[in-house]
Amino acid sequence: MNHRRYVDFLLTALAYLVALVMFFPILWMLLTAFKTEQNAFTMTPHFLFVPTLESFKVAFEQGSGYMHYALNSAISAVVSTLVGLLLAIPAAYAMAFYPTKRTDFTLVWMVSTKFIPAVGVLIPIYLVYKNLGLLDNIWGLTALFTTMNLPLLVWMVYSYFKDIPKDIVEAADIDGANTLQTMLRVILPLALPGLASSGLLALILAWNESFWSLTMTDHSAATLAVYIASFKSAEGLFWAKMSAASVLTVAPIIVLGWFAQRQMVRGLTFGAVK
Amino acid sequence: MAIVELKHVVKNYSGKASDATANAVDDFNLTTKDGEFIVLVGPSGCGKTTTMRMIAGLESISGGSIAIGGRDVSHVAPKDRDIAMVFQSYALYPHMSVFENMAFALRLKKMPDAEIRTRVEDAAKVLDIAHLLERKPRALSGGQRQRVALGRAIVRQPQVFLMDEPLSNLDAKLRVDTRAEIVKLHRKLGVTTFYVTHDQVEAMTMGQRIVVMLNGKVQQIDTPQRLYEWPANMFVAGFIGTPSMNFLRGQIGTDKRTVADAHFSLDLRGPRGDVLAAHGAAEAVVGIRPEHLSYLAPEDAYNDNVLNGTVEVVEPLGSVTMIQVLVGPHRVTAQIDSHVSVAMGDPIRLRCQTEKLHVFDASSERSLLQPPAA
Repeated sequence: MNHRRYVDFLLTALAYLVALVMFFPILWMLLTAFKTEQNAFTMTPHFLFVPTLESFKVAFEQGSGYMHYALNSAISAVVSTLVGLLLAIPAAYAMAFYPTKRTDFTLVWMVSTKFIPAVGVLIPIYLVYKNLGLLDNIWGLTALFTTMNLPLLVWMVYSYFKDIPKDIVEAADIDGANTLQTMLRVILPLALPGLASSGLLALILAWNESFWSLTMTDHSAATLAVYIASFKSAEGLFWAKMSAASVLTVAPIIVLGWFAQRQMVRGLTFGAVK
Repeated sequence: MAIVELKHVVKNYSGKASDATANAVDDFNLTTKDGEFIVLVGPSGCGKTTTMRMIAGLESISGGSIAIGGRDVSHVAPKDRDIAMVFQSYALYPHMSVFENMAFALRLKKMPDAEIRTRVEDAAKVLDIAHLLERKPRALSGGQRQRVALGRAIVRQPQVFLMDEPLSNLDAKLRVDTRAEIVKLHRKLGVTTFYVTHDQVEAMTMGQRIVVMLNGKVQQIDTPQRLYEWPANMFVAGFIGTPSMNFLRGQIGTDKRTVADAHFSLDLRGPRGDVLAAHGAAEAVVGIRPEHLSYLAPEDAYNDNVLNGTVEVVEPLGSVTMIQVLVGPHRVTAQIDSHVSVAMGDPIRLRCQTEKLHVFDASSERSLLQPPAA
């Protein structure tokens, strides 16, 4: 009994430690954002200081202003997620309920496209975009995000659809529903928690994306990743401003994640417990 | 209500329709009467469910044709066949209330709300689930879900009902009750019904005609009573009836009337002897049901078609007693009066009712008897 309690205590302590280690960079970013540049740059870290909003004020006005970048991030993340779901749902539906000999292969192939490092395809995509005039274009970036997240969305939605018994689809079929009606009135309501968590994940991934944002956009389509990067300069102090910009960048998605948390957990464990 | 016609229906998953051994369903022919209750029965993998799914349109057919109410539906989508199906798993829509589950098909047909309400409420009343209409399926017991699944089928007023082992998820008592209710419901609605089961008791009690299947092939299509009395082959004979029919393989005697080996000798007289005489083979299999064997007291002098053996197992069921008797190497089950006291190891004499014997070809296993015209 005592031994058991001892183990429990150790495990709890370990969990807290791991949580702290993972949370520390975010905490440090948050603290730095409220410091003055001089304070942020000291070699001995300060945990106690007089907080100031100075860095936020400067950061908010930097470049074209925070709102310009935030709007681009929001458009590219939301639109790419919606279009991604719109494409992934029918694809996953076909593969989950009407599998063929090549369904497994198709799924693996789709994910295998994620195995290639993005830099590997940077030059061809850059050239294509250049010739199509899609560089620094928000819709060009959105299209990239969509294709980037599509394999993941198909996989996730597929696995949620797989949890729905095929009998239910057949019952709807016999009840006189066409494919669209089956999908809208039977399958989607049942898979809603799963779809919500898939969508949220795609949204977060697109929001946080920096590689393509930095390489394919310059100004008019620049997202928050570009905004943060713009604070880095060869001279002068920028840590506090950059931290403030980072806080402004992660805040919306953290707030959204907080509200979606319940739905998300339900979605991630959907089908695991029956 | 409709006549359903299946003509030379074939299902082949390999895609090579010419290879008959690979057929999941092979040359299925059946024409129902209007409003008939047909039971498809057989061991698992016999093709009964595949046949039903082909009628539903959930499986494509590899050959032949299916017509419902005179309309060829061989390649028509399930939703356009005007059929309703009760699934083994019930397949209720988990996110809809009982009412919406039953109303779903009607809503898709754009039926006016008032009529939907009337139909659903009528069906609910018949099935005694009127008090459950607002509940979700997860808040229902197995028996209630089963009723909702039936309700979803009957509100449609379809031409054909298909039921795929609808009782197999219910406990034994509920199964017997629901069995009777489905039969009552069928007699009341008069809709042509196909019912799939692996349980021969269910088949016998519910079916107006029974299709016995094995390995994708129809073995026999007949009424329950005729299946029992005139099984077409040894498989049907052994499958229908509990306990199973006993089979005794022996040589046909020189008089062409007896089948015998070193341990038994059965004299087949009358029409049974005539078919044996006409048969001409050296061997035959005699079939005798346990209920057509009876106990002979040791002092009884009766000596016509008697099996001599040793009691191996005694199973009292209360009303009757089942005994297993070794007749030489043959194990024979007999149903005897429960008041007769026999014990393991006792010698025993069993009288065969000669007029109830079946005779089968030893190689093709087909019955040699000619059933009277139906």
